[in-house]
Amino acid sequence: MVKQARLVLEDGTVFIGKSFGAEEESLGEVVFNTGITGYQEVLSDPSYCGQIVTMTYPMIGNYGINRDDFESMRPFLHGFVVREHCEVPNNWRNEQTVDAMLKEYGIPGIAEVDTRKLTRIIRQHGTLKGVITTSGESVESLLEKLKAPLMEDQVARVSTKNLFPVPGRGPRIVLVDFGAKYGILRELTNRGCDVIVAPYNVTADEIRRIRPDGILLSNGPGDPKNVPEAIRMIQEILGEYPLFGICLGHQLFALACGADTERMKFGHRGGNHPVKELVTGRTHITSQNHGYAVSADSVANTELEVSHIALNDGTVEGLIHKKHAAFSVQYHPEAAPGPYDSNYLFDRFLEQVATFVKGEKAHATTR
Amino acid sequence: MPRLDNIKKILVIGSGPIVIGQAAEFDYAGTQACQALKEEGFEVILVNSNPATIMTDTNMADKVYIEPLTKEFVTRIIRQEKPDGLLATLGGQTGLNLAMELDEAGILEEENVALLGTDLEAIKKAEDRDLFRSLMQEIGEPVPPSDIIHTVEEALKFAERIGYPIIVRPAYTLGGTGGGIVTNEEELREIVASGLKYSPITQCLVEKSIAGFKEIEYEVMRDAADNAIVVCNMENIDPVGIHTGDSIVVAPSQTMSDREYQMLRSSSLKIIRALNIQGGCNVQLALDPDSFQYYIIEVNPRVSRSSALASKATGYPIAKMAAKIAVGYTLDELKNPVTEQTYACFEPTLDYIVTKIPRWPFDKFISANRKLGTQMKATGEVMAIGRTLEESLHKAVRSLEIGLHSLELPEAKELSQEELEHRLVKADDERLFLIMEGMRRGMTEEKIHELTKIDYFFLAKFKNIIHLEKEMAEAIASRTFDMQMLRQAKRMGFTDRRIAEVTGLASSDVEARRKEAGLTPVYKMVDTCAAEFEAATPYYYSTYEDEDEREETGKPRVIVLGSGPIRIGQGIEFDYSTVHAVWALKEMGYEAVIINNNPETVSTDFSTSDRLYFEPLYIEDVLHIIEKEKPEGVIVQFGGQTAINLAADLEEAGVKILGTDLANIDAAEDREKFEKLLRSLDIAQPPGKTVTTVEAAVEAADSLGYPVLVRPSYVLGGRAMEIVYNEQELLTYMREAVKINPDHPVLVDTYLMGAEVEVDAISDGENVLIPGIMEHIERAGVHSGDSIAVYPAQTIPGQLKEELIDMTTRIARGLQIKGLLNIQFVIHKNKAYVLEVNPRSSRTVPFLSKITNLPMANIATKVILGHTIPELGYTPGYHPEADHVSVKVPVFSFAKLRRVDTTLGPEMKSTGEVMGRDTNLAKALYKGLIASGMSIPTHGSLLVTVADKDKEEAVDIIQSFHRLGFKLLATEGTARYLEGKGMNVTCVRKVNEASPNMLDIIREGEASFVLNTLTKGKTPERDGFRIRRESAENGVVCLTSLDTAQALLRVLEAITFSAESMPRFAASEGAYVHE
Repeated sequence: MVKQARLVLEDGTVFIGKSFGAEEESLGEVVFNTGITGYQEVLSDPSYCGQIVTMTYPMIGNYGINRDDFESMRPFLHGFVVREHCEVPNNWRNEQTVDAMLKEYGIPGIAEVDTRKLTRIIRQHGTLKGVITTSGESVESLLEKLKAPLMEDQVARVSTKNLFPVPGRGPRIVLVDFGAKYGILRELTNRGCDVIVAPYNVTADEIRRIRPDGILLSNGPGDPKNVPEAIRMIQEILGEYPLFGICLGHQLFALACGADTERMKFGHRGGNHPVKELVTGRTHITSQNHGYAVSADSVANTELEVSHIALNDGTVEGLIHKKHAAFSVQYHPEAAPGPYDSNYLFDRFLEQVATFVKGEKAHATTR
Repeated sequence: MPRLDNIKKILVIGSGPIVIGQAAEFDYAGTQACQALKEEGFEVILVNSNPATIMTDTNMADKVYIEPLTKEFVTRIIRQEKPDGLLATLGGQTGLNLAMELDEAGILEEENVALLGTDLEAIKKAEDRDLFRSLMQEIGEPVPPSDIIHTVEEALKFAERIGYPIIVRPAYTLGGTGGGIVTNEEELREIVASGLKYSPITQCLVEKSIAGFKEIEYEVMRDAADNAIVVCNMENIDPVGIHTGDSIVVAPSQTMSDREYQMLRSSSLKIIRALNIQGGCNVQLALDPDSFQYYIIEVNPRVSRSSALASKATGYPIAKMAAKIAVGYTLDELKNPVTEQTYACFEPTLDYIVTKIPRWPFDKFISANRKLGTQMKATGEVMAIGRTLEESLHKAVRSLEIGLHSLELPEAKELSQEELEHRLVKADDERLFLIMEGMRRGMTEEKIHELTKIDYFFLAKFKNIIHLEKEMAEAIASRTFDMQMLRQAKRMGFTDRRIAEVTGLASSDVEARRKEAGLTPVYKMVDTCAAEFEAATPYYYSTYEDEDEREETGKPRVIVLGSGPIRIGQGIEFDYSTVHAVWALKEMGYEAVIINNNPETVSTDFSTSDRLYFEPLYIEDVLHIIEKEKPEGVIVQFGGQTAINLAADLEEAGVKILGTDLANIDAAEDREKFEKLLRSLDIAQPPGKTVTTVEAAVEAADSLGYPVLVRPSYVLGGRAMEIVYNEQELLTYMREAVKINPDHPVLVDTYLMGAEVEVDAISDGENVLIPGIMEHIERAGVHSGDSIAVYPAQTIPGQLKEELIDMTTRIARGLQIKGLLNIQFVIHKNKAYVLEVNPRSSRTVPFLSKITNLPMANIATKVILGHTIPELGYTPGYHPEADHVSVKVPVFSFAKLRRVDTTLGPEMKSTGEVMGRDTNLAKALYKGLIASGMSIPTHGSLLVTVADKDKEEAVDIIQSFHRLGFKLLATEGTARYLEGKGMNVTCVRKVNEASPNMLDIIREGEASFVLNTLTKGKTPERDGFRIRRESAENGVVCLTSLDTAQALLRVLEAITFSAESMPRFAASEGAYVHE
């Protein structure tokens, strides 16, 4: 028997739909993602930790869930909102339905929702808090619950607790895990890197002891200002190794260099965002998932330079350090989900690593 | 990059007449391109031979040439206009081929014309199979094992190596003409031989069949700065094996994971980069349903049918952007016209499901081979938008206008299980409905998948529909049918009528329950971005959800009903009128609202109207929109029979029909009322009777005298209309062609031999403006849409013209016509008889508007809204005739439709038209015939096979060919007859005799023209049929009407010099002229 579920927004809007996934009550920030495909990657992207995600595409789950396309060990989001979830998926890799997967991880879903209406509300009002519930609790009391502040320790929840190596024969890269997607690891190991995954609160000294050739700051959930220890680490280590920041890693890099970040009205989430690389004038279609951005004005008095901007709203999408071998992008060059157009950034990073290593060695021999 | 500044004047090449594989989508693309270029300040010169298009309206370009799309004519235009640039990638395959010809002939270089957009190098690489394959190998993109062959023997060798099944694809042809899948040597020989013939470079690709793979398309764009994007991807529900133009297609793709989606996306972008595409491009791929293995099927380096569909499916105007890219702009500096804030360099995302279903002509061509394969057969298509696949599919089916409002085809019940399974394997146009029938019979999805290879995902969706139908029926029986279930049904796209059918409730009861529960549709916007940005597009579709996005403006508005999918008998001409009506409404300050479902056309460009509803032209859907819009009224007379057919139901629902009253529409269409009216006006019509039994028909024919014209009442495009010469034929007709009973009467009319004349007029009820009288070259009996129409009429004496004008005026007044009407007359023994009156816009409106310079649909719209003709500044009566002679020549797609008889008759067969215009009839005809694709060699041979009844009449024509130096070929009897008339004739063997017989002569190209008139019967086994088909398939001009032959002769006489001996010296004027 189909159970009714409700999604109540903090502005009082109530959506009535069909419960799927776990029958839990769950609160979170309600955001929308415009990707047509890639729901499995969205569900398993740790950057969505604590959020209730609605997909704008009305049919979700068509090709099921497979064992290859997870972007992390488990989903961290707090709820999933769709117009229709597919009960009979088909794809040669399909192993289970979205419904079954959500049940497995205790995440509530609500289907049969006018997701376009929900998206329009978010677009107009900005991101709102919401709660999914299958209980009969009154709207007033649910709204009361929504007044509580949302969690701020998402990074700690999703990051690895301990260092672990993913051995390779190439350059040694420390991947600082703020909630890293597997895609980043995949890109590095595909290029033969010797990757050491480090927790979000790794210190500069700990990194130095690993003797890496480069540092990659991963993506992750929430407000970058909630991770001050990482900012300190970056400040300390900047210039010692080539550095590449992605998404939250990009924001942390910006903060470490003295720029500022701000919360966006409703963020960028989807696989169709055009980003212009200022030096070449080329526009790439990128995969994005962020609710905060580096404020453009704040970059002026730093040693950073804006390298990429979002074509549509002009927000900062990439930074490059004027002095050091360090750069970052707000979007996801590792794709998954989304287009592979920006994959070249990993090559660029590893080229920097190679040049840097060579330079160091040259330096050492002359000395 | 800013626009190119060395270019000032641009020549745009259109795609010519509508044929299967190249239809209205190029009017849409061409119109957008011209508008985009003008917007940028370029001087635009347009050439296109098709008068029925919006594109060839004189306001679309600075200069419009409606001339044949041949190298010779376009060269003339280039020399005359001296354009700086040529844009050819928006005129379909015709435009591309022409550009290539011009380039190869050195014209472009000589005249210093730059080819804009994708360069010829790229076009060749994409279109030449050999070059394309080596490029794919170079960049590491997989293509199925295949070979390029130039002879049948080479094809056989390939087959030995690879094994069957094999796909044959001829190079450089439209819609895969001449290709097919073959499973054995015999088929291979046949298809390869025909494919080689169709390929202008005698080349075919033979390829390992990957039938059963998912067929996926990506519509991509790229600019000169190498920005490249995907506008839309689509998935064919029918797997590889059926031409994409004949497949049911959904957008976006449904069954691919992100990894698969991105893999194919990257591959598509890699290919357009390697090809250096600058503009739009279509990439077709095949994906193994059980692995990541994929193959590139083909690339179209231009805008296409798919790009029109993608534009409508997403809101992203591909052709417009392609035109801007061609003149130097880059995607990142162009604004997205939908949001007007964001940029064109992004990838649209959908929050709905689009379904496209092709519209096939098999309702008209009963004998045609309905099997679907690699050669496209559809004449048009419908698109539907929904929030669920079931909703989208349901809407698409009722948009088709094939008499279905659900996914149940009643006839399918009659099929034996064996037949059903056979037809599931060998797909035809009804396969979707047969799948549903199979499911109703309890066939498992596994079984159906095994037979059709359709993805289980789609089968599950189909199953949902069947399942809910069953559930509803059961719920009614157990009294548990509730609002929840009704809501579910509406969200799956069921009509009230269907719900009524499966529940046994009355339709009105379903509607009442639904309204009581507040279950009415909401309208959502198509905005390219899934609501992420605010959009300015007034482009809507319905669904059953919470929020309605339609914004009330408070302005008075009028709804114009479109004409639905392009089909034989109802073509692009009606879209032309619809668009003009909308423009007129806007001019008058009304808000113009369009309802239509054809993705190919200009009327469904969201920038045409103030509000576009992309919805079925089905009464329930239309009424829902009317309830929301509350218009001043609805205009039904521009949307062809589609819109007219809705009038009665609309009026019954209390909707105001603007223009001619429903009662008067009915008076024109209802036989009895019409007869009464003509009698009261004292206007003659061929004597006839309405009968409801076979016996009565025989009796009627006897009393009227043979030959008689028979047809069911209420016909469109002469469907099932025939001339029968004796009782035997009449009985055959009654048995095979019509269902006769009291509900379906049949009309039996005297067939009056004579010239057919067609008049279009605009009436305000009192004043009648007659823009022109057109005379048909072919006598009455050939459908007016298949006849060559000549304006001004050449053989009608002045007094008779006066009579026609007078009769037209009286009929218009008698019917109280407000708006357009079209009358067909036959002139028999110098007297005019009325054949039919159409109280609506006709096929000839665009042609006549263009040649008389009277904006007929515009005037009519203003009249419909209450203006009188004099008020609008026009003088009632007959509009002064133009100096030039113009002809409208029909164009057929016979090569694509196997087993269809090419003979002309009362049933319409043409798919499009061209226009020829010049100072005299012979010149105009020459242009018209050339433009229609006829080759007119001035010497060669004429193969004659005429029926005995026509021999006498044909003698003069044949004699004239003979005099012009044509060699005559005929079978023994005819040869002897012609020799008796003093002609030299070469005797040839009959069809059933040993080779070389007539068919071999046609196949070998030894006959320049074939003259064949119909004997009797139309069954494919007859000799005449085989001669006509052989001609069609080999591209030989086959004249089936002596009148057409006469017209051709007139042209030949004008352009040919006969060799005649000098006259014997006779002392006459004796003037010697010295040079």
